[in-house]
Parts: sequence; structure tokens; C-alpha cells
Amino acid sequence: MEKQLKVSAIKDGTVLDHIPSNQLFKVIDILGLSKSSNQITFGTNLDSKLLGKKGIIKISDKYFESDDINRIALIAPEAKINIIHDFEVVEKRVLSIPTNVKGIVKCMNPMCITNHQPVETLFTTIVDSPDFKLLCHFCERVTDKDNLKIISNPQ
Amino acid sequence: MPKHLISIHDFSREEILKTLKAAAAFEQNPSQPIFADKVIASIFFEPSTRTRLSFEAAANRLGARVIGFSDIGNTSVTKGETLKDTIKMVSNYADLIVIRHPLDGSARYASEVSSVPVINAGDGTNQHPTQTMLDLYSILKTQGKLDNLKINMVGDLKYGRTVHSLLQAMSHFNPSFLFTSPEELKMPQEYKEYLEKLNIPYKETKHLNDGINDADIIYMTRVQRERFTDPIEYERVKNIYSLNLSMISNCKPNMKILHPLPRVNEISQDVDSSNHAYYFEQAENGVYTRMAIIALLLGAENQ
Repeated sequence: MEKQLKVSAIKDGTVLDHIPSNQLFKVIDILGLSKSSNQITFGTNLDSKLLGKKGIIKISDKYFESDDINRIALIAPEAKINIIHDFEVVEKRVLSIPTNVKGIVKCMNPMCITNHQPVETLFTTIVDSPDFKLLCHFCERVTDKDNLKIISNPQ
Repeated sequence: MPKHLISIHDFSREEILKTLKAAAAFEQNPSQPIFADKVIASIFFEPSTRTRLSFEAAANRLGARVIGFSDIGNTSVTKGETLKDTIKMVSNYADLIVIRHPLDGSARYASEVSSVPVINAGDGTNQHPTQTMLDLYSILKTQGKLDNLKINMVGDLKYGRTVHSLLQAMSHFNPSFLFTSPEELKMPQEYKEYLEKLNIPYKETKHLNDGINDADIIYMTRVQRERFTDPIEYERVKNIYSLNLSMISNCKPNMKILHPLPRVNEISQDVDSSNHAYYFEQAENGVYTRMAIIALLLGAENQ
């Protein structure tokens, strides 16, 4: 029997697969897709051997810069990024949590200078396997994974 | 030497020792107008007595002129000027900036937009490195060494930035710690993990009497009313964590009591005349250590 895709294939563009279901809409937010004029199809709560339930996003005619796509590593590190040309996967990209996170994340300390003045946030990633924490360059407080608030992509 | 002093971990063990050595030289000879051609900006966005006065005393003893403000009421800050713009402007007027600001991380940010050295005189609840430096100087001066000391930290260990910075600074010198605090104000987990990683021993207790007789240093801090949700609990704790003369009758002869001040009732007045009380001399040491820090950051060659 022929395998049928729940979210139909795209000719050219980017496929973001293996997104944890509960992070799908955050990923959409981080990448600023709600304001995109490209054709986008997505599915969530699909069966996944790896995650149990997963989300998938297919964006036609759109290719991301590494810096942009790595933003989602913070909330969906297992996501797989496939670049599609003429219905074929021509490139697989691996996400990596950057050693320094600039912008993207809000510092959870309400008294941090970055929450009061126009200062771009900057963190050092502390990998504490399997989790990670972000150490604020300015106030020296740690923002852990559970308190991660993403600054939406302004594009 | 680093260009700025923002956080105590900007300074290595050697840089700390170099600063303390310079402080000792300034204590020997406190009037050294080596910076008569320099202007130091002292900008205090929130009130402070001891820190501001001791910085300004230190600057004056070095011969420098001091400009600045101690109240944002009549500055452009009330017109909505950003910290960046204030710092850009001040760094055009002065050769070094001393800043106190209520927001955490403000001093680090200031150092990154300033063209001249910046000294953090307290950024919110984060760091107060010159206090730590004067604490270290006081410990060195009274104990003759920094290594292998037993330090009992008492009171508000949760919010007290001075205890956190002192803990980090002392970790260069193989100490052992006792943390004496009420349940509500215990040393945060992240600092205990920090010590565990470095194999530095510590114990915790709720009882002030536990750690007096074998301590080299008792570092007292103020328990603040606003930290408690239950005012009755505050009243109870306030009375328990009060050190009096009879409690220190069996302590080690070299033991000294430090306190960043202001003190309220955590040290009874009868302790003041004891030769174990060191908190007022500790405050005086602030002038020499701040002279040393200013001199090192301005690159004095006669140190």
C-alpha cells in the first residue's frame, strides 16, 4: 500500500520535521511565519516513533539563514530541517544550540537591565545534559529551560 | 589587569592579591595625590552613604577631582534618558566612572558602552565587588592570611549579594564554610553546587550558637523585614539571629566579626567594645581598597 503523507509534499522550500507537538506554535512564532506570505502547511499531533507525537511545518519557496533556524534549537532541539528542491531532499540541516544566545530569549530576572532598557539580551549556554541553562551576561542570573520566553521575530 | 571591575569573578586570585597589596600600601600612606590631573565621575542612581563617601574619599586622597550625582532627581534620567546615553556623555567628561544603579546587570552594560574604566558600586541585587574586596582585605589584615580559614556566614544568605560575592572570591583560598540562616533565607542551591564542584566543604545550620567557637570569621548580615511574608516569623527570626557578648566568650582568639553595615540588631551593642568586633575598621578599609582599585584601573605605575 502506498504511504500517504498527512501533510502534502512541497516542490521547493523547507520542511521542519520532528517538532515536539507542544512547541509547534512557538516555532511558528519564533520564525515569524504568521506574517509570512509563503504557502505554509503544517500538522501537529502526528504519530512519531521518535517523539510519540510530533509536529511538522512545510514552507514553500523559503530558505532560512542558520542564525534564524538555530533560534528554534532552544525549544525544539530534536527538529530535523530538510531543504527541498523539486520534491527531493537536497540538504539536511542539524540544529545546534548556540554557545552564545544573542537576542531570541528574554531574561527571566524582572530586575535585569535588558527588561528595562533597549539592550539586546546575551546569554552563555550552560549545557547540563540533557538540559541546558542560559546564564545572563548582564545580571548573571540563570534562565532555565522551563522559564524560557522567546522574543518573537519582529520581521 | 582587567579594564573594569564589574563582578568579583572578573579578577583572578593573583589580581585580587595584587589589589590587596596595593590597598596595604595606601593604608601606610593614605595621601598620595598621584591623580591630580584626573576627573572621576561618581554617578549614584540610588542612595548610598558608605559606598559613595568612601569612593569620594578615596578619589580625593588620590588627588582626583570628583563630579557626579547622588540623586537622579535633577538629572536627565527623569526626562527619560537611557543609561547608554548617560554613560556615553559621562565618559566624555571623566577618566573613570563609579556607578551604582538599581537594575541588575546595569554596570556590565555601562562598561560596554563607556570609553573609560567603570567600577561597579552595586548593581541591584547582583554584584558589589568593591565591598567584597574590602571584606577580603579585612580578612587578610586580621588573620594574616586568606588561605584555609573557617568562615561562618550568618543571616540573610538568600538575597545578600555580599555573601554570594565573598563566597565566590574566597573560593580561591581553600576555605570551609558554615551557613547559619533561617529556613526562609538559606544559601541558594546554585552557590552550594558551585562549592561542590570545587570540593569546598560547607555545612548548614539554623542555630547561631553552632558555629561560633571554631570560626575564624563570622560574617553577619542584616535580616530585612521586607524579605518575610509573615511578620510574626520576622520578629522571631530577628531575635534569634542576634549576636551578643556572652555568646562569643569561648571563641578563638583570632576570631573577628565582620558586617557590611548598616547593622540593626543582629549584633548587640555590647559586642562593639570587644576585640573581636571589626565592622567599623572594616568600613574604614573600604577607603584603602577603593584607592587601590582606582589606582590599578587608572594604571598607576608607582604601585
